[in-house]
Amino acid sequence: MNSNDFGGRRGAVVNAREVEDVAAEQGKVDPMHQFSIHPIFGTEGWEVAGYNVAFTNSALWMIIAAVAVLVFVMGGLKRELVPGRWQMAVESMTGFVDSMLAANIGPAGKKYVPYIFSLFMFILFANVLGLMPLALVGVHPFTFTSHFSATGVLAVMSFTIVLIVGFWKHKLHFFSLFVPHGTPLPMIPLIFVIELVSFLVRPFSLGLRLFVAMMAGHVLLEVLSGFVISGVNAGLGIGPIVSILSFILMIAICALEILVAGIQAYVFALLTSLYLNDAENLH
Amino acid sequence: MPQIAQLGETYASQIFWILLIFGFVFFVVGRGMVPKVMETVSLRDKQITEDLSAAADARSQADQEEEAWRKRENDNRAKAQAIIAEAKAQSAKATEARLTEANVAIDARMEEADARIASARDGALEEIETVATEAANDIATRIAGVSVDEATARAAVKEALNG
Repeated sequence: MNSNDFGGRRGAVVNAREVEDVAAEQGKVDPMHQFSIHPIFGTEGWEVAGYNVAFTNSALWMIIAAVAVLVFVMGGLKRELVPGRWQMAVESMTGFVDSMLAANIGPAGKKYVPYIFSLFMFILFANVLGLMPLALVGVHPFTFTSHFSATGVLAVMSFTIVLIVGFWKHKLHFFSLFVPHGTPLPMIPLIFVIELVSFLVRPFSLGLRLFVAMMAGHVLLEVLSGFVISGVNAGLGIGPIVSILSFILMIAICALEILVAGIQAYVFALLTSLYLNDAENLH
Repeated sequence: MPQIAQLGETYASQIFWILLIFGFVFFVVGRGMVPKVMETVSLRDKQITEDLSAAADARSQADQEEEAWRKRENDNRAKAQAIIAEAKAQSAKATEARLTEANVAIDARMEEADARIASARDGALEEIETVATEAANDIATRIAGVSVDEATARAAVKEALNG
């Protein structure tokens, strides 16, 4: 794809946005609008090897998440003997990742702490920042973890590390991962194929799980907020009741989404560490 | 669904930026800062372990010193008890000696007094004998008209007195 193509497509996107704006004026809430990516700058000429890498709202929120992680961890770098609250928080996060790796991989897991910690904190901050009610002050948060083009990169990265570590450490013996101990000889070809497929599915399940969980929650919240607005606009009668019930449900789901934001970051880090365990220790 | 609808035009940007920004997080935060944080934690753990073992050492030393002190104390107490016992024995001995001395003196005086009493009684008996002899002589002369010499009279009196 070259930049001329992108210009044409951008025109299409602008038209789509105009249509969406018209829809919004009519009081309808489009639950998918929140996921659309808008270039902020760099639509022309920002190219890497012929691919346009425009700076989008998605990239902006990646940077915000990265800066938040940076600021958070920097606060824990005071290196005091008796830690303050902030340092304690940072140390408990590193301790959490460290103990997770120690439990899943063993002593060899220590060297993956920087990677798993970065992954966990980056996803956690991205998820939580996407849930912040910043629209109240006119800023629209963008949850880049609700895009499989972003989560897929993280998943493929984890999978690639697993492959590199596995083949580096065990050479071709790594393929014994696909034949569990005690498999009867006639079953080996079948089991090998099944295990190989389940192994190759890992990056997809890893990336899609996070993307689906984040997107579903945001869509649900958006749909419910649409109900609240429609209910109020419907005037007296059943409308306000629907609004109140939807609003109560929204509050509950907001709490649930905060939980999901943490859990999905944890699951991503946990599964990556489990896959790394396969690569380090085979079965 | 913008994730799919916009995929064609945004995937390059998404991949580029997430690799760049996650790379930044990994190298600056993960590789740069996390090891320092974990080093701080392990240093603290090490120091806590060391302090605890130092405290345990100090306590065992204190226990030893208390044990030694207790031993000294017991020795001193035993010594003091010995001194007291010795002093008691000495004083008892001195008291006994003085008692014996006093007893001896009292015995001597009692014997002297007995002797005096005996001599006084003897003197008195002698006198009674003399008086009785004279009286017997007199009585014999007056009633029987018999003159008795003194020696016979005395023998008779003595016989009558002593029965």
